[in-house]
Amino acid sequence: MALASDTRPLAAEVAAFLTRRARWSVPEIAFWALALASIWLFPAKHLILTEICIWAMFALSLDLILGYAGVISLGHAAFFGLGAYSAGLIGKYGFIPEPVLALVASGLIAAAVGFATSFLVLRGSDLTRLMVTFGVALVLGEIANKFSDITGGADGLQGVEIGPVFGKFRFDLFGHVGYVYALTVLFLMFVVARRVVRSPFGLSLQAIKGNSLRSSAVGIAVNWRLVAIYTLAAGYAGLAGAVLAQTQAFASLEMFSIERSADVLLILIIGGTGYLYGGLIGALIYRLAQDYLSDLSARYWQYWIGFVLIMMVLFGRVYGGILAGAIIAATIWFKLETGTAFALTGGTLLVLGVVREPIVKWIALREQQAVAAMRRMRARLRLGAVTGADDAGRA
Amino acid sequence: MPVVLETRGLDKHFGGIIAANEVSLQIEKGARHALIGPNGAGKTTIVNLLTGVLKPTAGQILLDGQDITRLDPHERVRLGIARTFQINQLFADLTPIETLGLAVSERLGHGKDWWRVVGSRSEVTDEIVELIERFRLGDVMHERTAILPYGKQRLLEIALAIACKPRVLLLDEPAAGVPEDERHEILSSVEALPADVTVLLIEHDMDIIFSFADRISVLVNGSLFVEGDPDEVARDQRVKAVYLGEAFDG
Repeated sequence: MALASDTRPLAAEVAAFLTRRARWSVPEIAFWALALASIWLFPAKHLILTEICIWAMFALSLDLILGYAGVISLGHAAFFGLGAYSAGLIGKYGFIPEPVLALVASGLIAAAVGFATSFLVLRGSDLTRLMVTFGVALVLGEIANKFSDITGGADGLQGVEIGPVFGKFRFDLFGHVGYVYALTVLFLMFVVARRVVRSPFGLSLQAIKGNSLRSSAVGIAVNWRLVAIYTLAAGYAGLAGAVLAQTQAFASLEMFSIERSADVLLILIIGGTGYLYGGLIGALIYRLAQDYLSDLSARYWQYWIGFVLIMMVLFGRVYGGILAGAIIAATIWFKLETGTAFALTGGTLLVLGVVREPIVKWIALREQQAVAAMRRMRARLRLGAVTGADDAGRA
Repeated sequence: MPVVLETRGLDKHFGGIIAANEVSLQIEKGARHALIGPNGAGKTTIVNLLTGVLKPTAGQILLDGQDITRLDPHERVRLGIARTFQINQLFADLTPIETLGLAVSERLGHGKDWWRVVGSRSEVTDEIVELIERFRLGDVMHERTAILPYGKQRLLEIALAIACKPRVLLLDEPAAGVPEDERHEILSSVEALPADVTVLLIEHDMDIIFSFADRISVLVNGSLFVEGDPDEVARDQRVKAVYLGEAFDG
């Protein structure tokens, strides 16, 4: 044992470092335990929770391409809508009576179209991609609009019939079965995505995002990797759309819309890209905030979304988010009338825009101090552990 | 010694600018071949042509007699040509462990594996450890590449090329920008390469070139100008003229 101690500990350390994020951490387990518990804790909220799950799936899909491979899309709803209409049509015409199989089929259809369009999307720079993805969504949306005898056109797809899950559990009006269904699908999608991003394939995506020139110089076929992840993301978006169509027994042209593509981008930006939970947390915050704020002022709630977004850009996701939340809470606390609240917070934004620099510097300084303090503490702890181990080894 | 890498009449034009002009270069197996020339002579263009980043306007590139002119960069890496970059091209958000793990995984053909976790294979981790020890990256292996000291980044740049286990290694000014007292670390790592690895070195520093190379090609204005062993090139009056900045009308 003493002989091997030259290189072995380093190999073990390297292996542990590489696999560290593959293990389920305590916060992660707590997150999913809470999600599971929500089935019994909030039975009256199952409809909105289902919607949150669907947004989360959709944002998870966008995170795979944007957060991991650096491919931006303004038309990701193309695949969401495609999945929704696939599931809707399958249900309406009774091709596949069992919803789980119909769901898989819808995901595959979206993935196939994703594969076919990936070659259009992957040429060019970010702006080109933005426009091409947007264009693909417009094209698919208008196809659904044109063939109204099949799709119902602007009226949406009516008369969708969804059979019981596994032939046993029928979707109910209160959305209980729907929520368990959506949460299960989300969890399975998440588990697969989690494996994918921590695999050699996933690592190569992050490399491509960081430096595609160097990626090809270590032997990575950059374009094919991007085609692969774009196809998977399209399939994921299709699954999200299909779950929406199945739980609502309805599909509409809105599901292809630019608003939906923009909303999912917003959700991912609120939650943060590149760690998978961003889409989930973003969906939760966005949908609950939307619900709460639109209760507050049904007509102007989007003002606050815009306010939060600007604050996040000014001060970073976490600090900006907290600050914006505090300001919004204050306007509610003081029962400000909407116009007054807008005038005050709008003015605040303008002032903050001017005095941003010193505030950000102050935050950065405090952060550095905190990190340094934590490092020192950790180093002290590790030093104790190492000397202890060394003594043991020598003895 | 057999020729490993060869170019035949390689031309590269950028609009009206001729960056490479009829370059016919032969690099022998196991050679320590240096490519030198004044700024703007087209040295990096040659590396970009050899690795496939640029496609030549005319001419051929052969690896072991096989025409690779049309192959993409990643395909050439798989055939055994790896390179380093004059200006670091690294993955800012990845750590040295991940960076090297990436290259090793790709070389072993795991790149398409989307299920097994990186680092769960001992053949990969063993090789990462070997590279980390060889290039003395152990103290920074957990840090993001973006915050590494420049000298360490330079070492990682070379380690990453070595991780591809090349048969032909193209080094584009490996010691560029590295402070004097850190240079020996980089140079000794290059000197320690196995003898059967063929090295094409691009460099400005004459001390490095003459201590390392067994063959030197001089490139001027995109054309091969003089080629020979170090003594011949050192004695050549025309080379001196070029390096002293005198006009050459040939």
